[in-house]
Amino acid sequence: MSRALVSVPPRARRGEVVEIRAMVQHEMETGFRPLPQGGFVPRLILRRFECDYDGATVFAADLHPAISANPYIAFRLRATRSGELVFRWIDDRGAVREERAAIEVA
Amino acid sequence: MRRAALAAVALAALGAAAAAWAQSAGGDARRPGSAFMSRETQAMQRDDKANPGMLSVLEGEELWKAPAGPAGRSCASCHGADAASMDGVAARHPAFDPARGEAIDLAGRIAQCREESQGAPAPRREGRELLALTTFVAHRSRGARVSTGEDARLAPTIEAGRRLWQARLGQLNLSCAQCHDDNAGMKLGASTIPEAHPTGYPIYRLEWQDIGSLQRRIRGCLTGVRAEPFAYGAPEYVALEAFLMDRARGMEMETPGVRP
Amino acid sequence: MILRAPSRRLLLAGGLALAAAPFPARATPEAARAAMRAFAGGAEPRRGRVELDIPTLVENGNAVPTVVRVDSPMTEEDHVVEIALFNERNPLPDIARFHLGPRCGEAWVSTRIRLGDTQTVHALARMKDGSVWAASAELIVTLPACIEG
Repeated sequence: MSRALVSVPPRARRGEVVEIRAMVQHEMETGFRPLPQGGFVPRLILRRFECDYDGATVFAADLHPAISANPYIAFRLRATRSGELVFRWIDDRGAVREERAAIEVA
Repeated sequence: MRRAALAAVALAALGAAAAAWAQSAGGDARRPGSAFMSRETQAMQRDDKANPGMLSVLEGEELWKAPAGPAGRSCASCHGADAASMDGVAARHPAFDPARGEAIDLAGRIAQCREESQGAPAPRREGRELLALTTFVAHRSRGARVSTGEDARLAPTIEAGRRLWQARLGQLNLSCAQCHDDNAGMKLGASTIPEAHPTGYPIYRLEWQDIGSLQRRIRGCLTGVRAEPFAYGAPEYVALEAFLMDRARGMEMETPGVRP
Repeated sequence: MILRAPSRRLLLAGGLALAAAPFPARATPEAARAAMRAFAGGAEPRRGRVELDIPTLVENGNAVPTVVRVDSPMTEEDHVVEIALFNERNPLPDIARFHLGPRCGEAWVSTRIRLGDTQTVHALARMKDGSVWAASAELIVTLPACIEG
């Protein structure tokens, strides 16, 4: 299983905009790397990233081979309620990698 | 024309950053590779949630705690789950191994432990398992001062490393010293030639898009001067590493480093 | 030493740079424009409101830190729906598309991208009212001198 590092502030005030960061192990094989015997290394990338929080997908991204290996994505989020953020990465074959982090909102 | 002007401005900014570093280092003129990098790459290394080398630290921590070999012993069973006993260990490697009567590098030491104490298959040099474990252990030395060379028994190895460092190699007939001693801080193409202090290894190198060892980095230099690289784990690499760590004695470890 | 666009790698004194295999195909400025037109969906992209923060001189094109910020109140009525990044000289013009909404609070994304060459990168943002705003940045991609053979 690949490793993921997510950064969510443990506590926030209600309504505060916080920074969320997510990084995951993945080669992001582009499909454009030539093989010595001809042809190319088959493409295998994470093509989708999603973040669920407080009952909805609040941020998502469609990724292409031009996203670096071990993808790093950061975004902002308004803290609304204590609970869990669920991060999801989906690859070309449909395999899903999930990571969770809690936030306490007061 | 406009692009050339932009590049000139950006290169000047990089030079200024390195100069500022030299001034802040308080008399020690030695600069780690990170001092020569762009602001963006420095920021990537500094921030544990953005440094991709931290993914290898995490992987190494999992391996540290996972049983391996027929007895089902993990690294943690002997050395503790938090690996506090590993603090500073990377800063004094390569070290003298009395049992073998020769120097051993950190990855070699971990491989030896895996094979001899755990009875697990010998991990492959530059393979994921050994790199991750080495990165995890070396990360415990972040901030520690390099002390390799304080052990006098390492002196012959360091001397062997020095001779290799100064030897002209390859079709280009260049020595390591000609670039990294005589021309450090100068440009090779658009890159600044660093002083070659191995304080951040294993490093996440953007060119590799992965974590890698000092031996892999030296291999890159060897193929660059069109020399035949040594096999991974060869005593020549250990000697070069011992020489470079002794040369960097007193500098701060920064594993996992990020380099372009 | 200064790069001369559009060469991918410098021919270095001493021949230390070994040429890497070229990309099999290339996007073109025309392909990038077509992708951006498709994204804009009939709207005419306007300059402004979008800030693209990307280094001018890139040390290694394998991981270029890229930040896009859009001037928007991010309310239910007025917010950024989507941010897209495009390039003109990688094999494909698309880099990524980010889907945002009012719950983001601020229209800000940060990522790391691959750029195979010195080129222009474009950031486009689509607002809830369908208007599209754009920014672009020219940058120079250099490489480490010693490439492993």
